[in-house]
Amino acid sequence: MSQKKKSTNNKSDKTEVSLPPSGFKVAVREIWRDKIALTAFIIICLILIFTFGGSLFLKKSQVTEINIAEAYYGWGQAGHIFGTDDGGRDIFKLLIMGGRNSILIGLSVTAIDETLGLLIGLIAGYFGGTTDAIIMRIVDFVQILPQFPIIIVLTTVVPNYNAFVLVILMAMFYWTTTARLFRSFVLSQRGRDYVLASKTSGSSDWRIMFHEVLPNITSMLIIDVVLTVAGNIGIETSLSFLGYGLPITTPSLGTLIGFANDPANVVARPWLWVPATVLLLLISMNVNYVGRALQRAGDARQREN
Amino acid sequence: MWKTVLRRFLIMIPQLIILSMLVFLLAKMMPGDPFTGMINPNSDAKEIARLRQVYGLNDHWWVQYCRWVGNMFHGDLGQSYIQHVPVASLIWDRAVNTFWLSLLTVLLTYAIAIPMGITAGRHQDEWQDQAIQVFNYITFAVPGFVFYILGIWLFSFTLGWFPISGSVSASASGFWGVLGSRLYHMILPAILYALITTTTIVQYLRTGIVDNKVEDYVRTARSKGVPENVVFNKHILRNSVLPIVAFLGNTITGLLSGSMIIESVFSYPGMGKLFLDSISQRDYTTLTALILLFGILTLLGNLISDILLSIVDPRIRVK
Repeated sequence: MSQKKKSTNNKSDKTEVSLPPSGFKVAVREIWRDKIALTAFIIICLILIFTFGGSLFLKKSQVTEINIAEAYYGWGQAGHIFGTDDGGRDIFKLLIMGGRNSILIGLSVTAIDETLGLLIGLIAGYFGGTTDAIIMRIVDFVQILPQFPIIIVLTTVVPNYNAFVLVILMAMFYWTTTARLFRSFVLSQRGRDYVLASKTSGSSDWRIMFHEVLPNITSMLIIDVVLTVAGNIGIETSLSFLGYGLPITTPSLGTLIGFANDPANVVARPWLWVPATVLLLLISMNVNYVGRALQRAGDARQREN
Repeated sequence: MWKTVLRRFLIMIPQLIILSMLVFLLAKMMPGDPFTGMINPNSDAKEIARLRQVYGLNDHWWVQYCRWVGNMFHGDLGQSYIQHVPVASLIWDRAVNTFWLSLLTVLLTYAIAIPMGITAGRHQDEWQDQAIQVFNYITFAVPGFVFYILGIWLFSFTLGWFPISGSVSASASGFWGVLGSRLYHMILPAILYALITTTTIVQYLRTGIVDNKVEDYVRTARSKGVPENVVFNKHILRNSVLPIVAFLGNTITGLLSGSMIIESVFSYPGMGKLFLDSISQRDYTTLTALILLFGILTLLGNLISDILLSIVDPRIRVK
């Protein structure tokens, strides 16, 4: 079935255009077509402008400065739109910085995980045999670890703990799903004619892997990146929510939502946790929607061909 | 069949050994040693050094590792630094609570997911399917803890239908009283938890039904004149539901890693809460034992999944 897919694909490419559209172009086109996905994408852009743009005007030391005299102001009191927290910090400013930090952590972890996963998946899938067997045993092992508890413990025992360490800790454990995904795809490609032809004509393994197999992965990569970013933001905020994600001095959406962990705040002081909850909901719903839309488009294209 | 199970068991042994080494390493990275909890501030340095010598803390790491594993086999998980009770009994009390919560969650998960998956698959692309897809999308996209917070805020704080913390109220007495109180405390977390867990199963079941609908054997059955109902219930459904069974192991694994968050939101005294409490109190012996336990349970969950899968799908058995 998949073999057929490829050959018809090639034929239509020859008759219509000389080059198949790149994964990135396809992604842009798909989002443009799907109006809900386009709306979701615009919302994401607005959130990015709000958090990244907004934090340009803020100083971290100022935002996290404690001023007990102004603690627990409600909505709109004394010029604080979303009130203040137990330390008199402005929730609106914390929201901007927290949003930016959570998104940044999500992006950084994803960048590392996708690079690692792609490399490892390519190597395992392309070479197969013993290389694959060894790599997959390691992947299996990392996957059966109780990752969440181990990360929590590590955040407390690592000396000089900071946001950078958190990124490394998360990346250490969550690259395996990506590696597995790409490995299975590459495995299905290694017997294809274009790979064999390239091999016969004397291309190096390196060249086949990065110049011939890799371009076929791009649209899959984009989908995986989008969904992984959403997933990683979820993991970071969960960790921060429990109190073991970003250090207390670094604002995060999870830390803000964590205020709801104290029954006293849930009903009496909603301004502490509601704005962050709404922002996080907006981020995860929209990013996931775009990811899903791309995924559906990818599936549909595969079915059509 | 038995070959597959045996092979799977054999794979588990090295995994278990490496896991225990990793946990041991993690334990060594944590500050403090077993005497931090036993000695009082007045004990002098010489005494501590003597105790360390007696209990073999100056031995090679591998000697210590073997002794640690040996103790584990005797059920000796060490002494809690903070609570001054054996870790095993501490964990046991909490494990019972987590067990009941997980059991109820698994039951609810399947009770919700299977009808939903079947409806979605049967009425593919109709309004029922679209509604379920939207619901499924929400449970997939919303991070678990946000879902729980919104749930506890709405149902416990605002509407006051359910308790906000605990597992059994102290005033409950008698078998039915305790059972009722337990259920009353568990029902909201279990429902919320189950809703989050259903996503994969619903999706898998729906895809299975949709794919099976157009298979040749279904067409054959139809062309033989088998009634549509029988085609759906006997042919399509049976082939689509069986693989779901294999998710059981993964569901258990997922429940364990998620138990920390749900138990924290609902202040439910289970293993996840014990883990978080131990970490904030720096109770490292309890932590080490819990991580090892989580690891072993994850391993077992995967084992169960693989065995179930090989039962329902003979193709993946080892020849």
